[in-house]
Order: sequence, then structure tokens, then C-alpha cells
Amino acid sequence: MAELTYREAVAAAIAQEMRRDESVVFLGEDIAKAGGVFKATVGLWEEFGDLRVRDTPISEQAILGAAMGAAMTGLKPIAEIMFSDFLAVCWDIVSNQIAKSRYMTGGQVDMPLVIRTANGGGARFGAQHSQSVENWAMMIPGIKVVAPSTPADVKGLLAAAIRDPDPVIFFEQKSLYAVKGEVPETEYVDEIGKAKVLRDGDDVTILALALMVPRALEAAERLQVEFGISATVVDIRSLVPLDTQTILSETKKTGRVVTVEENPRLCGWGAEISSIIVEECFYDLDMPIVRITTPHIPLASADELEDAMIPSVDQIVETIRREVD
Amino acid sequence: MVKRATVKGKTPALKARLNDDIGEEKRLTMYRLQLEVRHLEQRAHDLFFQNLIKGTSHLAIGQEAIASGFGAALRPDDYTFCTYRGHAHTLVRGTSMTGMLGELMGKECGMLKGKGGSMHLTDVEKGAMGSYAIIGAHLPIAAGAAWQAQYNKTGQIAVCFFGDGTTNIGAFHEAINFAVIWDLPVVFVCENNLYMEYTPISEVTAVQHPAADRASAYGLPSIIVDGNDADAVYRVAITAFEKARSGGGPSLIEAKTYRHSGHSRADPASYRPEGELEEWLKKDPIPMYRQRLLDFGVKEKVVNGIEEAVIQAVDEATEAAKASPTPPVEYAFADVWADGGSSWRN
Ligand SMILES: Cc1ncc(C[n+]2csc(CCOP(=O)(O)OP(=O)(O)O)c2C)c(N)n1
Ligand SMILES: [Mg+2]
Repeated sequence: MAELTYREAVAAAIAQEMRRDESVVFLGEDIAKAGGVFKATVGLWEEFGDLRVRDTPISEQAILGAAMGAAMTGLKPIAEIMFSDFLAVCWDIVSNQIAKSRYMTGGQVDMPLVIRTANGGGARFGAQHSQSVENWAMMIPGIKVVAPSTPADVKGLLAAAIRDPDPVIFFEQKSLYAVKGEVPETEYVDEIGKAKVLRDGDDVTILALALMVPRALEAAERLQVEFGISATVVDIRSLVPLDTQTILSETKKTGRVVTVEENPRLCGWGAEISSIIVEECFYDLDMPIVRITTPHIPLASADELEDAMIPSVDQIVETIRREVD
Repeated sequence: MVKRATVKGKTPALKARLNDDIGEEKRLTMYRLQLEVRHLEQRAHDLFFQNLIKGTSHLAIGQEAIASGFGAALRPDDYTFCTYRGHAHTLVRGTSMTGMLGELMGKECGMLKGKGGSMHLTDVEKGAMGSYAIIGAHLPIAAGAAWQAQYNKTGQIAVCFFGDGTTNIGAFHEAINFAVIWDLPVVFVCENNLYMEYTPISEVTAVQHPAADRASAYGLPSIIVDGNDADAVYRVAITAFEKARSGGGPSLIEAKTYRHSGHSRADPASYRPEGELEEWLKKDPIPMYRQRLLDFGVKEKVVNGIEEAVIQAVDEATEAAKASPTPPVEYAFADVWADGGSSWRN
């Protein structure tokens, strides 16, 4: 084990996979010589050179289009979209091309590629550089959607995404880049589609993703200490495929479910999970499912305004205390 | 149109012309390819009116020389990318006519198992890497396939066909700049048929030649070719392919042509000025090419034999596709993912 930041784990995963597989290539804006605007890809260009780690123009359609064409013909590209908000300018390539080509061609086309992108709020960047758009991706048949919360998961799940034969959008929460954690130093590959139970409790099950996971864990600790409420915390980790078995079994154990979502409320991932729970284990529930989400607004930039919108530890504690009592 | 006299037998001079840089074999291939496209598309049109083909179809009747000229110049392992108007570009790669007509008819024998239809014809084994129905999307995708060829030093190239209207969408400009700065072995072919769907391209474009006049913005030479002359197309293709294969980077080629029918099945093309179609019918690439073959001394029997064989192949494919069952409903749940299934949960 080594202590790495979330951002260092990104580079560690890419380097691990590029060392073992010549067909892995990496492209994006400012990712090579500059090491990425979030410094998440420092050292890759130095190690793997111009042919495998390539700076691109500001051409998001070209970046993802080229990644797709390369993937269909035998490479395993990793493409960076600097901010997930920018997916909007190349959404055709994601939603119409990458997602559908295997299906529409009757299975003739392979699409082993990864789109990495910095997602979510907390950096005071305003509404065009702070959205949580994992729910956009979740709605499209044909795309896998992963969002890690720890440096170890970044390494293991990004490595798994690169090896995955299907297209994966890998949402890195930009406020987590500086977070440190223990990461296996040896070759490490996790499994996409498995949620993780991070804390076991009896009273309520909190389902969280990415930045909401550390907040849910802190809230669970405070609920225990301050109110004697014992909470399970599940890190969903992957929205597609979705580990419904873990979600349903952890729901049945406590009978109370709270989702904590950074995406704006309408059609957030918690809505889909709530519907699955209601359809499949309604009679195990002891209270209505509660969704804690960012309200249905664009995000504001001022510290106080942004903080008031994204689910906070206080809000999670307060909501659960009120609902569970 | 004045018919030129047919020369009977091959004089030495004509033989030399026939066996010039293109040669007799390639010419006969290009003639056959143009006829395959023409007859298959006419068949598709007829089947539509018999209600055996649903949805839509975009015919390239009148534009066959472009796909055929490029197709004849390609290596079998090269990649092609085309649009919803893609019967032509897919056929010239040598795909099965039965698979194509079956797909149009929604049959089990369809090349996409009934899951793509007319606008998405693809035959990866033949290098036909897809027909794309969102304007512009396939230009960067073709650049990506060319990137693979460059990275693995395979000597392959990618050719990307699109229309004049496509020169006004962002992806066109992103892809060409990208291909130039990376020296990618990709050839962009704009088939300028004068119209987007219903609007003349001249009404919505800042320059006269929608592709060629943009080339200089990307440091590329301006290339315009007569898209109704398969020989001219073939020559321009060979030059661009050599450049791409030798590391010289991409080319952008504008081929002038005209579609004889409307944009799609739904379009009677009443927006066209009177007489325009008639002028272009005089420049129909297929009778012109037939006449050239005869002028060059190819026997009429040979020329006619090619057409008869094509018609027979289209007839056989039509019958085979008609006889195929409809696809089982399970097909609709297959191939979302690499594991062959569509499951998004455990
Ligand atoms: C992004 C996008 N916008 C609009 C359309 C609708 N559309 C389909 S074909 C077409 C005209 C394209 O014209 P051109 O590129 O000249 O090709 P042609 O049909 O003449 O071969 C349009 C506007 C589309 N498919 N995709
Ligand atoms: Mg056009």
C-alpha cells in the first residue's frame, strides 16, 4: 500500500494499464505535457511519449470521435473531457455514436474506450463547470457509468474501465482530487458493477456516490454519536451496471433508505433506485424512501450559495434524524 | 446528347487508352460497381412502393461514380465511413446484396439483424465501418480509425464520405483540423450534390465551393473533381491514397454531382428549378461510362454482360431477402454490451 491522492491514483491506473497493454492510448486537452488541468495525468507523457499520450485541440467532438474510431478498429483509447459539463458539446458522439454502434450493427462493432471527466461541484466554478451529470450518462443504453469516491477505487475501477470491452464514462469528482488514501502499489484491478458497504448499521441505509460518500460516512458517525442512530453506508460506485442485489439486501436489513445525490433532483440516480426498491422490496420498508439531492437548480458560485445547495453532512444528519425518529 | 460513334474492335491507339494508368480491369470493375448501386437502389425504390421496405431511404442515384471510383481504388483492409445515403459506399466494399436488402426489409438475413436499417449499413469484415445519420459525426470517427492505422503502422487508410451540407457543421471543421495536425491517413470526400435536404447549399454557405474553399483554412490544397466521372474520381482517389499511406496526411476532396431523386423517399424535390434535373440527366455517370468503354473498344457483349449479371444478382438477392424470416424478437435484446446481452443490473 502507498498513500496516494485521488488525482495521483488516476495517473497510477493509466500508467499501470499502459505498461501492460500497448493498445491503450490517451488523448485530451492539456493532458500530455501539462499533465492535465487538474494535474491528474502528470508523468504519463514523460513515460509513454508522444505517440501514446497526445494533446489535442479544443475539439471535444474530435476527441471522442477519434477515440471511437480508434476503439472500433482495435485500440483501447482513454479520452479526457476536461469538465463533465463539456460533454454537452460532444453528446452526439457519446449518446448516438459510442453508445449505440454495437447494437445498431448487430454486434459487429467493438467499443472498448473510457471517457474520463471531472464532475461535480464544490470548487466555486459556477454552473458551467460544476454540474453533476452522472444521471445524464445513466439514461443512455450502452454506456457504463462509474464514479469513485476514494483513491483506491480510482485506481481499481479506472483500471477495470480500461480493460472493459464496453464504453465507460468515468466521473472523477473534482473536489476529491486532493483527498489521500491507501492504494495498492502492485497491479490492482477492481470490478465494475459492485457497490461497497462501507459501514454497517441497523437503523437506516444511506446510499451515496462519489463526493457524497465521505459526507455520508461523516454523517453516519455523527448520527451514531449524537443521536444513537446506527446507519449503513453503501458506496454505489457504479450506476451502470447497477448492483441492485447489494442495494436491495442492505435495504431489507434496515427497512429505511436515504439516497444522497449530488445531481440535480429530477431524474437523479436516486429516483431510479427508489423505483427499483419500491417495486422489489416495498414490504420491507418501514418508512418512505428519502432522497437528499442538490435542488433542481443550476449551481451558484459563491461559497455560501454553492454549499447551501449540495447535500452537506449537516443536511444529511438533520434529514435522517428527523425522518428516522 | 450527341452519341459518339462506337468504335468496333480495339485499334492499337484505343487499346493504349484503355490500358492507361487505370486499365481495362479497373474500368470494368468501376462500371460493375456503378451498376450494382444503380440497380440495387432502383430495386429498393420499387420494394418501397410494394410496402416491403419501411422507414426511409436516401438514394444516391446519379452519384454512383463517386463511391465506385473510390471503392475501386481502395485496399480490401481500408476503412470507409459514410452517411445515411450509404447503400453505394457499402456496396462497393463487396458486401452481400442479400444482407443489404434483407436489412432494408427488416428480415433476419439483414446485415444488421434488423437493428439498423437503411441509414446504418455496416459490414466491418469488409471495412465498411458504418453509415452515420447524425450529420458530421463520422468525420472525427474516421479520423480515429486512421489514427489506429497510423499508430499500428498498418498502411491502412480511412475514407469518409459526406455531403455538401455537412461542411457547415462543427464536427467537419474539428475533424479536418485534427486530422491535419496529427497527419492522419484519412481522405475526406464531400459529395456536393448542390442541396442539403431541400435547401440549395449556395443559400446557406459563405463560400462557393463548400468543401474546397474551406481546405486552405486547414493548410490543405483545394481539390474539385467531376463526381460523375468514375475515371476522374479514381485518379483523384489514387493520389490522395498515396499521400495518406506515405505519411503525407489527410486530403479533402469535393466531388461535384447531383442526386436524380429527392433527398429521401418522402421528398418529391419540387424545390428544384425547372430543367435542372434534365441537365444533370445528360451527365448521368452510367450511360457516360458505358459509352466510354465502348469508345475504348470494349465489346458491347462484355458491357451488356456486366449489366445482365448485376441485374441477376439483384434479382437473386431480392428473392433471398423476401424468403428470409423476420428477425426473432430476442434480437432486440442482444448486443447492447460486449457480452451479447442488454442487462444493466444484477
Ligand atoms: C445534426 C443533424 N442535423 C440535421 C439532420 C437532418 N438531415 C438529414 S440529411 C440532411 C441534409 C444533409 O445534406 P448533405 O450533407 O448535403 O448530404 P446529402 O443528403 O445531400 O447527401 C439533414 C439536414 C441530421 N441528420 N443531423
Ligand atoms: Mg447534399
